[in-house]
Amino acid sequence: MDRQDPKRGRLLPAPENFLGAPGQARRRALGNLIAGGAALLGARALHAAGAPADPAHLPPNVPPWSQVLGQPVGANPYGVPASYEKNIIRRLSPGLTTTKHSSVAFTPLQNLFGIITPNGLHFERNHNGRPDINPYEHRLMLHGLVRQPKIYTMEDLLRFPSVSRIHFVECGANTAMEWGNPAVPTVQYTHGMLSCSEWTGVPLSTLLDDAGFDRAKAKYILAEGADAASLTRTIPIEFALDDVLVAYGQNGEMLRPEQGYPVRLLVPGVQGISNVKWLRRLEVGDMPWNTREESLQYSDLMPDGSSRQYTWIQEAKSVITSPSGGQHLLDKGGYYEITGLAWSGRGRIKRVDVSTDGGRNWRTATLQEPVLSKALTRFRIDWTWNGDPALLQSRCIDETGYVQPKMRQLREVRGTHSIYHNNAIQTWAVDAEGKVHNVQV
Amino acid sequence: MSRYDRFAGAAAALALIGIALAAHARDYGLGHPASAQQIAGWDIDVRPDGTGLPDGQGSVADGEQVYEANCAACHGTFGDSNEYIALAGGVGSLASGAPVRTVGSKLNYATTLFDYINRAMPFPHSKSLSADEVYAVAAYVLNLNDIVPADFVANRQTLPAVKMPNRDGFKPFPGMMSVRGKPDVRNTACMKDCEKAVAITGQLPAGFVEGMYGDIRDNFRGLATMNEAPPPAGAAPAGAPSGHALTQQYGCVACHGTDKAIVGPAFRDVARKYQGDATATAHLTRKIREGGSGVWGSVPMPPQTGPSDVELTAIIQWVLAGAKTP
Repeated sequence: MDRQDPKRGRLLPAPENFLGAPGQARRRALGNLIAGGAALLGARALHAAGAPADPAHLPPNVPPWSQVLGQPVGANPYGVPASYEKNIIRRLSPGLTTTKHSSVAFTPLQNLFGIITPNGLHFERNHNGRPDINPYEHRLMLHGLVRQPKIYTMEDLLRFPSVSRIHFVECGANTAMEWGNPAVPTVQYTHGMLSCSEWTGVPLSTLLDDAGFDRAKAKYILAEGADAASLTRTIPIEFALDDVLVAYGQNGEMLRPEQGYPVRLLVPGVQGISNVKWLRRLEVGDMPWNTREESLQYSDLMPDGSSRQYTWIQEAKSVITSPSGGQHLLDKGGYYEITGLAWSGRGRIKRVDVSTDGGRNWRTATLQEPVLSKALTRFRIDWTWNGDPALLQSRCIDETGYVQPKMRQLREVRGTHSIYHNNAIQTWAVDAEGKVHNVQV
Repeated sequence: MSRYDRFAGAAAALALIGIALAAHARDYGLGHPASAQQIAGWDIDVRPDGTGLPDGQGSVADGEQVYEANCAACHGTFGDSNEYIALAGGVGSLASGAPVRTVGSKLNYATTLFDYINRAMPFPHSKSLSADEVYAVAAYVLNLNDIVPADFVANRQTLPAVKMPNRDGFKPFPGMMSVRGKPDVRNTACMKDCEKAVAITGQLPAGFVEGMYGDIRDNFRGLATMNEAPPPAGAAPAGAPSGHALTQQYGCVACHGTDKAIVGPAFRDVARKYQGDATATAHLTRKIREGGSGVWGSVPMPPQTGPSDVELTAIIQWVLAGAKTP
């Protein structure tokens, strides 16, 4: 099937205007079903034709790749994944945005191991397209309430004392489509505006000291991108002096263009948009800027019509990445490891519990080391599926003692239209056939 | 002086040097002073108190012209587009079951409207409007929302004084402004018999996944024991740049659908119109480079300077060949 075919129907509003999405999406889905049944059958036939293993390649036979000279060293000067992994890619959520120039591509969490997101799979969000910036012509300006306004070249930034730390970045709108009802099928779309990398850069505090910032008057910093959006966000000075990085490194190499090459802000634990990419300017000031991305958008609408502003912190959240929506358990009575990710913008994950009966009873999962502050933490627990329907959930607790909430607890306080900061417990339903579905309980 | 004294003296001297080094270590000798002129070119932000607004002014009437040439294509003649973010309407809807977030209904400061248009709009060519034009468009959008009268002139004095309908609709939320903030929602870590009854209250409708996403088994690694076979062929994204890819790269698709008109005509409608027309390539090249209106509707197409001549020809040939998608 042609996924790009615009005949699939009207496009939906931009991500900040998701709210009508599930209903509209369903109407469209029904229309597509009527129109596209034949094409679907075609897709199934294609799948069934997927090549099964050739007995000639299996023991006791010796496969051909054991009998001929392989590729020379250096055949791929910059390595790429095995050809068999070509479907492990970032994906756009069909119908989510009007234009791909202000959109998001989601990380395939269902296919990843450990806590580090491969650079090519880090989720991508931009507001006016992704620029390609020549690092030799890129400048970072630091001014405002400082003794000496400065301009840094990339060479300057790479020469300052550096630090490397592992942190997650999560869009404030991650899981936004699920406030009203389940709206998307897989963990890639429910939770895939989430990635985790080892970031390397200069502590922002080093640069603030270098410019001699006004310790008495400085309260906030404006961070601005060099893209066509010149996207701006207000950063409180406490964050800036604590753990914020002016980052140029991502998992050992320079940032990918999609993540802000050649330099970005990294504000650990704070909603993704504050981690301003393609960073060109930092201004020290004494009041918040009330930018478009912290007023009209990226503010949390409450049931009384008021909006919460400057909701920076990403609260503790977890999700099972396997088994998860769209998978199919074929082995009744078989062993399945339940595994997933937990994270908190307030610090370390202390514990993760897993339920297979929709939250009636819970068992504590094993946390994979390292367990780092404001980073993804991998959890695992044994499970043998007895073949009956099951409801899989994970629930994390962070070092402050905060317990990840249920969907209905969030709704009681915040309603269903706040878009941002949905950190509810996720439920995956395993049906009697072993198919896994996104549901709410 | 004993050996010990000499040692102590040397240690003290080293300590002093160490202090001096620590104080000196802050000056890395990196970066250059930013001049006032350099800062002026980049310091474009405008605060709610009006700090940062430039010289200049613009009227609602001027703004209507700027808006129709640069903004209406995406936002609709009356700021009511369903395709892109609506600019007008929705006042009073924020507490309802169907909130409509617009400049009029949600934005709290008119200065933020100026700041955003000035830095990020028009979408294909941001920062292309003069200060006067940005003032004028801001005045027009405020007038579309009935916030200012038709004779309003926006400038450094008048814009910060505009009282937006939702001026008082925002509250900072301390619970999520620091790691020590007090959360608003509390769960408990119950372990046994925590729920009396568990029922599924929400799920995707039957057929939804297939209709929207096709066969999603290719979203998973076939090796996972939970999938029965290798993924279907053709799961990888499309390959080399083509006319089709260039329409994505240069944002043509923001206004033109393949099969469906958005604000400009669908590519395939263009192909049908010019089928068999030997002059079509030259004609379309001129229309795209210079912009135009009146052929497909009243909304003008802005001049497009992004694609190179070679790229533009590839785009046009792809369109005229029927706009086939990979």
